Amino acid sequence: MEALATIARIAAEAGDAATPADLKNTAAAASAGYAYGLAAIGPGIGIGIIFGKAIESMARQPEAAGMVRTTMFLGVAFTEALALIGFVAFILLKFA
Amino acid sequence: MSSNPSVLAMRDTGPSPEAQITRDIVKRGIIAAPALFVVSWLVWGSDGAWSSAYGLGLVLCNFMIAAGLVATTARISYALMMAATLFGYILRLGIVALAVMLVRNQPWVDLLALGLTLVVSHLGLLFWEMRYVSATLAFPGLKPVISTEEANV
Repeated sequence: MEALATIARIAAEAGDAATPADLKNTAAAASAGYAYGLAAIGPGIGIGIIFGKAIESMARQPEAAGMVRTTMFLGVAFTEALALIGFVAFILLKFA
Repeated sequence: MSSNPSVLAMRDTGPSPEAQITRDIVKRGIIAAPALFVVSWLVWGSDGAWSSAYGLGLVLCNFMIAAGLVATTARISYALMMAATLFGYILRLGIVALAVMLVRNQPWVDLLALGLTLVVSHLGLLFWEMRYVSATLAFPGLKPVISTEEANV
């Protein structure tokens, strides 16, 4: 508890000392981090679902594996575009 | 118990569709590159053109790494293919992030041009390729085939 109280005191002092520009920079950095992190979660789940379904399809119809892999690869690439958009938002918010 | 092997232990030793798709995407990327550079040069100047070139190179490398991972691991087992793709996603995101972070302070880099090129070229090349892939899947009879006479020559 004492450690938490110390952290709270330091944070309060830092908050008092922070200028509006500091607060703006902090908010921009946090937003950029959230943008990249949240944007990477969705495609991760999507790619997992795509692959799970592709494996299921190949198990049911091994003769259609080529077609399944073609659509799977395109689906993965499209899903990944969402993560790229998140990354671009991150670099533009953080560094531009 | 079933005597069939688990699907995860199966593997595919045939031709790799991912490699074929990526070859097409790279060819189309090279075809579209001059137009992309000219547009970037007109909007952002020479920095934009260099940034677009770098971004397009990153996108094409990203596709090639993805296809290489899937094609190589599918020959070993589907389980490895799945693992390689899921971890490959993180790996490739990391590579793209590292590649951008390494050059972001260079004088020839315009971050807006680089970022827009990453997104636009990735999606544009995919949509361009998807037109052909969907046509082939919907109308397999239109796919060019090698006749037996030609194959025997």
